[in-house]
This record gives sequence, C-alpha cells and structure tokens, in this order.
Amino acid sequence: MNERMTYDLVVVGGGPAGMAAALKARECGVENIALIERASELGGILEQCIHTGFGLTYFGQELSGPEYADRFIKLVDKTDIRVFTDTMVTDVSPEKVVTCVNKKDGLMKLQAKAVILAMGCRERPRGALNIVGTRPAGVMTAGTAQKYVNLDGYMPGKKVVILGSGDIGLIMARRMTLEGAEVKMVCELMPFSGGLTRNIVQCLNDFDIPLKLSTTVVKVYGDQRVTGVDIARVDEKLQPIPETIEHVECDTLMLSVGLIPENELTVGAGIPLDRVTRGAVVDELRQTEMPGVFACGNVLQVHDLVDFVTMESQIAGEGAARYIRGELSDPEYIRPETGFGVRYIVPQKINIKDKKDVKLYFRVGAIYNNPRVVLECDGQVLSSKKKIKVAPGEMEDVLIPASVFDSLTPESRITVRVEV
Amino acid sequence: MEKQLTCVACPRGCSITVTLDGDSIVSIEGNACPRGKKYAENEITDPRRMVASTVKVNGGKLPVVPVKTSSDIPKNMIFDVMREINRVSVDAPVEIGQVIIPDVLGTGADIIATNND
Repeated sequence: MNERMTYDLVVVGGGPAGMAAALKARECGVENIALIERASELGGILEQCIHTGFGLTYFGQELSGPEYADRFIKLVDKTDIRVFTDTMVTDVSPEKVVTCVNKKDGLMKLQAKAVILAMGCRERPRGALNIVGTRPAGVMTAGTAQKYVNLDGYMPGKKVVILGSGDIGLIMARRMTLEGAEVKMVCELMPFSGGLTRNIVQCLNDFDIPLKLSTTVVKVYGDQRVTGVDIARVDEKLQPIPETIEHVECDTLMLSVGLIPENELTVGAGIPLDRVTRGAVVDELRQTEMPGVFACGNVLQVHDLVDFVTMESQIAGEGAARYIRGELSDPEYIRPETGFGVRYIVPQKINIKDKKDVKLYFRVGAIYNNPRVVLECDGQVLSSKKKIKVAPGEMEDVLIPASVFDSLTPESRITVRVEV
Repeated sequence: MEKQLTCVACPRGCSITVTLDGDSIVSIEGNACPRGKKYAENEITDPRRMVASTVKVNGGKLPVVPVKTSSDIPKNMIFDVMREINRVSVDAPVEIGQVIIPDVLGTGADIIATNND
C-alpha cells in the first residue's frame, strides 16, 4: 500500500518529548495530529529506566520511568491523537512530507502543516573511543545493559568495570550491585563526573563503589569474553600516563561516555544543527531554521531530567499550534551569546517581537564553586544570581523577563556568563 | 563536629552541612527546601532509600515487570529487601500500582509494580 494522508501536525517519536508536545498541541486546539513511534509501545527510553526520581519537578512526586511515561500514555489514550506504533520514520522532507513505514500499512507519506522532531538521543558506542585490544563479548553501553537487566530480565555480567560517569553509568553501577554483580569501579576521563551529584551519592557512595577521576580504560583483554581491562590515569591533556597503567580483572565493560542527539532525519531535511549541542538551532518556541518544523527533548539538547524534557516539549507543542494558526510570521531575531564559562545556550535565537518571558537553558564547561550567573544586555547587567555550584553535568537556566523585550532592537546583544 | 552531605531527595543535590554535638543535631544548613532538612536528619539518625528492581512475570509480554518500594526503607535493609523481591514471581496480567509484596519485611513499605504487563 502506498497511501498519502494529511495531518495538521506530525510528531516524530513517542517518548516523553513527543507525547508532551502532541498533548500540548492538542490542548492548544490542533485537531489532526499523528504521533509516530518506532517501538511497540509509547514511552521511549523511560520504559527501561525503572529507578525512581522522575517527576519531582513536574509532578512533585518521586516516580519511576515507566510510571512517569504511563501518566502521559493515559492522557494520549484519552485524546483523538492518531498513534502509530511499530512505525519507523525514514524521511522528513522540506515540504513537510513525513515518510514512514510499518508492517501493517506499508509505506506511508504523511503531509503535515507542521512537524515536531522528538527522536531522542543515543549513546556513544565503543567505536567512538578507539580503545585498543580485542573485540570480545561483554563490552556494551550502559543503556544496553539496562535493557538486558530491566526489560529482558537477565544479567549481562558478574564483574563489571564502568567507563564514564554519566548518569546511566551511575544508575547501572547500583542496579548491577543490587542484582549481585561486583562493580569494581567507575572510571572517568575528566577530573569531574558528568552525572548528577545525587547519583554519585546514592549509586556509588552508598555501595562503596570507587569513582576514579582522570582515569580511562586503555586496553581490553579477552578472546571470547572480556577477561580484563587496563586502566591508566590521564594528564591535563587527557593523555594516558604509561607509568600508571594497572590491570583490572572483569568480565564486562560498560560504557557511559556521552549521549548524541539522534538527528539523521533533521540533517536529511536540511535543517542546520548547533555545533555544540548537536541538536537543531531553534528559536524560543523550539522552531528550527525550517519554518514549521520544531524540535524538543533529547534530540534538541541532552537533558538531565525528563521533567525538563516535558516542559521544553510543551513549548514546542504550543509553538507548532501557533504556527499552524499562522501567528508566527515576520519574526525579528537576536542570538544570545555565550560569555565566560558557558558552552552553549538553547534557544539559540529569540524573536524579540514576541515579548514573552524566555528561559535560556545552558551548560558550563567546568565546575565553578560559589559563582554568579550573569545575564547582560548591551553591557548592562539584567540579573546576577548567586549559585552554590555549577557543573557541566547539571543544566542551568536564566530568565529573560518579557519586560526586557520592549527596549531591545535586532542589534541588541544578550550574553550569559559565569562570574567567579 | 560538622558533617557534609549531598541531599538525594531531588536532582538539585544540595550540599548540606550538619553540625553535631555528639549525637544531637545542632544545625542544618545549605538545604533549599524542607525535604532537604528531613533528608539530613534521617541521614544522621536513620538513613533511608527507595529501592527499584524487577520481579519475574509468568505469562506476560515481557519476562519481568519493574517494581519499587512504595516509600523509603532503612538503608541497611536494601539487600534484605532485594532478596525478598528476587524470591517472588507474579502472574500476568500485572497492573501499574499493583501490590506485589505488602509491608516488605515489616518496613511499612509495599513492593508495587511500576508498569503494566
């Protein structure tokens, strides 16, 4: 079958981002919505994140991943949003034709007035690290291990070394320990962890699992199965120091070395990406450089908390609704600039004619203790907020109040910087 | 004596300083909300944690269903609770919120399913 259908809005991805965006658009009056998910159920990666800690910000409750997802799945079920599961989107065209395929309907071309990209992210694999050694079974990303344990119900190893201290790695250190494995250590290349401090406390410290900073895995051993790894400390240039090499026996090496937004469809549509976030360049409504195409959630920028994914996606859902109503014509953009300590800012551009509160989300490049986060406009300080600590692993935000936009021109310069 | 804690009540992860005189708490500083104060008090006197794991399902779509404690349990009982969780199995269908083990080991917390299967 080769059918063509028309929708007001097509949302690509049925995880927390896609569900929140579709629901918000529906609430804002968009009638004809398709939500497309490649897995057999809605929920995305939350389905395998069985630990608690989700929803504290958004619901004020400590939920597990599946519980958080279930709240949105139930809401989607109550609407007339057309959900396609087991359906893979293969192309999004500049004309907003979304090509997708599934076993039942075959190839479908959905013509949309607006598209929301919510494909999430994936883990950096071993191939991205160039670790020398053999290629035995037992080397896997932490997320893959999480799927094995939490969805498939089996243990992928007994003696584990984890490389990278991203949150999934920390969560899996605890999960494997609870199920009886020996987690020997978590090695982190950088002099600081990329994960949330609370996860270091409750996943490593609680179980006396050592976190070795400025340390990496330099070699993998094993014929059929991993038998061990060599670890080494690294110098300031992150180069391994040969005299510090140490052998560690293990049968499993888990990698938690970063997440990459899954932007193949975005790039295929010709939408420009931000060099730092590796997500699309967007305005304050999360509209990409291609009018009518929006992006939200981890495909836009990797978040620490699903609560923030939900809130960002609601912005995109509302933005798409306004686009469909024809309210977004003729914007005048300024581009907030990164000052000292700030690696990136999302959104990358702001329509100064919209005159609404805009929250800028950003990450810092290093740990700063007792800093101030300063928001400046043309050299004038708009706000200066004292923080106990800022760290690369924890996303920060700063608000531009609506009142500021009255005095802005397209030549105005907004800067966010860290002051130490 | 001063004790440094990182609050795990929410992802903000406040650095909390607890000042102790022997076993009694003199002051708690650095917490951004009342939950942080309660966490710090508990951490000194009776540390508690949530536990999340999976339980085997008979005849379900997936071989296991995720579960959690309905409230936090004493930290030193984590592995005892894990043993109880690993000892049971449940017949499909399982509904989210379903009690799998009531009042596990007398902690007052139930083990409840956190997904459907």
